[in-house]
Amino acid sequence: MSLQSDLGRVKGLGSSKSGTSHWWAQRVTALALIPLTLWFIYSTIKFVGMDLISFGAWLNEPGSVLLLSLFLIALFYHMQLGLQVVIEDYVHGEKNKVFLLLINKFAAALFAISSLVAIIQIAYGG
Amino acid sequence: MVELTLPKNSKVSEGQTFKAPSSANNIKLFKVYRYNPDQNDNPQVDTYEVDMDTCGPMVLDALIKIKNEIDPTLTFRRSCREGVCGSCAMNVDGTNTLACIKDISEIKGDAAIYPLPHMPVIKDLVPDLSIPYAQYTSIKPWVQSDTPVSGKERLQSPDERAKLDGLWECVLCFCCTTSCPSYWWNGDRYLGPAILLQAYRWIVDSRDENTGSRLDNLEDPFKLYRCHTIMNCTKTCPKSLNPAKAIAETKKLMLERM
Repeated sequence: MSLQSDLGRVKGLGSSKSGTSHWWAQRVTALALIPLTLWFIYSTIKFVGMDLISFGAWLNEPGSVLLLSLFLIALFYHMQLGLQVVIEDYVHGEKNKVFLLLINKFAAALFAISSLVAIIQIAYGG
Repeated sequence: MVELTLPKNSKVSEGQTFKAPSSANNIKLFKVYRYNPDQNDNPQVDTYEVDMDTCGPMVLDALIKIKNEIDPTLTFRRSCREGVCGSCAMNVDGTNTLACIKDISEIKGDAAIYPLPHMPVIKDLVPDLSIPYAQYTSIKPWVQSDTPVSGKERLQSPDERAKLDGLWECVLCFCCTTSCPSYWWNGDRYLGPAILLQAYRWIVDSRDENTGSRLDNLEDPFKLYRCHTIMNCTKTCPKSLNPAKAIAETKKLMLERM
């Protein structure tokens, strides 16, 4: 039971003076992902029936390695931003929330970096 | 907060049926949510048979007729009966609206009448709006200015005044706020569309000199950015206002000052 006033409850800890960068980054990555995803789908169709050597050769082209890296970075960054909002929306209880937010950040970093390492290995590993 | 199981007093059962007199031959059924905190019971939906030949055209007319002629225990808020006070906000036929300006003829079949969603219910159709009211207080809804008033009024050009159109008409009925899933899950921290529209009403008021600190107070992942442009607010507003646009304009101002 709390005898705190409604206004006291509503004001709470005040405004965090943040959130705009997160919101803007979500829009920017979404915008970047429109052409990048179209390019990725177009490229994926080309991969059908391709062996690893010719795929490596494709990836070795500067345009391919650049666009694929951009696509993956934007994708996992956007995923992390979006899932953070989902967790904040639906997970209540500070401990669970912080735990899931950490998992989300770590997983996104892991996915992004491991896919970049894979690109480098396939493109330049020989 | 997301609730996968229903909290206490959320299981609604079927209640009584109040038959119309046998002389009535134009009957419409009103299924009305009833909750009495004095009885240790779950809510019920009572059915009232209303003779439409002797009833006014609006949902509020039917509710008043029920209270006057059929069941005086039915509890609801009402005042102006013409859509300017915001008291009779409730969920009619699945949509939040003002009962006084909702035409009964627009409702196909039986008329389901519930209180505004996801708010604690005080009794029947009366929700507890203490938290939205406190949220309204928290945005300081009045002109804040350091410049002393010269003469009698703070002047505003017609263009500056026009920016308040579509905002000042809000009657704070909270149809929009209580239709917003984001407000349902995070209403303790998210201000909700009604309050954000009101906040924007003071942000764009040319007479106000505290725009910066108003934006400061809103800039928060929960207070403002829980809005995910679901648009229920704009869809449900009985005054045809656009809270979602007010929120989008606020976000644009946040970006502009970054």
